[in-house]
Amino acid sequence: MPRFPVSRAGAPADLRRRAAALWLGGLALGAGGLLAGCDQTPLGAPAPVFKGIDITGAAYGRQFALTDFNGQPRTLADYRGQVVMLYFGFVQCPDVCPTALTRAAAVKQQLGADATQLQVIFVTVDPERDTPELLRDYMAAFDPSFMALTGSPAQIKAVADEFRVYYKKVPTGSTYTMDHTALSYLFDREGRIRVVLRHEQTADDYTADIRQLLAQTPA
Amino acid sequence: MKKLLIASLLAVTAGAWAQATVKVEDAWVRGTVATQKASGAFMRLTPSANARLVAVESPVAGVVEIHEMAMENDVMKMRQIPGLELTAGRTTELKPGGLHVMLMDLKQPLKGGESVPLTLVFEDAAKQRFTQEIKAPVTALGAGNAAMPMKPGMEHKH
Repeated sequence: MPRFPVSRAGAPADLRRRAAALWLGGLALGAGGLLAGCDQTPLGAPAPVFKGIDITGAAYGRQFALTDFNGQPRTLADYRGQVVMLYFGFVQCPDVCPTALTRAAAVKQQLGADATQLQVIFVTVDPERDTPELLRDYMAAFDPSFMALTGSPAQIKAVADEFRVYYKKVPTGSTYTMDHTALSYLFDREGRIRVVLRHEQTADDYTADIRQLLAQTPA
Repeated sequence: MKKLLIASLLAVTAGAWAQATVKVEDAWVRGTVATQKASGAFMRLTPSANARLVAVESPVAGVVEIHEMAMENDVMKMRQIPGLELTAGRTTELKPGGLHVMLMDLKQPLKGGESVPLTLVFEDAAKQRFTQEIKAPVTALGAGNAAMPMKPGMEHKH
C-alpha cells in the first residue's frame, strides 16, 4: 500500500466512474448517457468489446498541437489512416514510462504485418529536461517508429488539459520527479478518440483493442 | 562475574555478526541513452534476520534513493522512502510497478551488458549497519523489463 497521501485524483471523474461501473459488471448499462459507445450501436448489433474503457464520443482528447523531436509541428490529423496510441510521460522515469514503451514495442511485434498501421506517440510532461535529442534517442531505444512530441510548458499544459491528464513536478533530493497520469489513449484511423487503457493492462489487451479499431475501418 | 559479563557481551556481538546477511538475487539496472540522467535498479532481497535497507550507493550516480511507486486513480506517483523493512526469511521484491532503487545524476550512460556496482547499506535489529556489494547487470533500454536471462555458465551465487 502506498504510504504517501493522495493529493488529487488524476483521471477524469466520469472516466473513473465509468471504469468502476464496468468493473461492477453490467451496472454501467443503467448509467445511460455515460456509455456513449453503446448508445450509438443499433439494438441487436453487438458493440465492439474493448479490453480498455470505451470512451467513443468523449468530449475531451480531441486534438493536440505540438512539435516532434525533429522540430516538425504535429497534430492528430498527420496520423490519419493509422491507429494512434498516445501516452504521456517523461524520460527520467525509472519505471512506468519504460514499462509502457516496452509494452508498446511488444504490441507492435504482436501486430505483425499490421504494425505499420499503428503509430505510437509519447508526449513529454517534462519539456524542461526532455530535449528533442534526448526524446529521439529514448524512442529509438524502444522502436525506430515511435514518435515523441514536446512543446513549450504552456503547450504541454494545454494538451494535458485537453486530455484531462494530471502531471506535477515533485522535488526529490536535489532534483525532481513527475507524478503523471499513466493511461494510454487509442484513436481510430479517422482520428477519433475511442479507448483508454490502463497501465496494469497487458500487451495482449492493448493488441486486441488496436486490432478491433483496425478491423472497424479497414485501410 | 566480570568474566561472565564479558562472555555474554561477546555472545551478543557474535550473534549480531551472525545475523548480518541478506541474499540478493536477480539484480538488474535499466539501461539509459546519452544525456539521460536517471534510471532504476531492481532486485530481490531475502534477509536471514530482520533488517532494514537504509541506503544504496553507487559510483555511477551522484544521488541514489530508495523509492516506491504507486498508481492512484491511474496517476503514477513516485516517492522516496527513508528505508525498507525486510523480514527474516521473507523475500522483498524491488520490481517495476513497486519499489526501486532510483539512480539519479548519472555520470555516464548505462549500456546493456555492462554492470553497475551497488553498495547496499543495511541496518540490523540492533541498529548496527552492515553493507553488501553487488554488481547489477544492465538490461539495455528497450530490451525488456527484467534481468537479462543468464547464459549457461554465467550464473552467479550470492
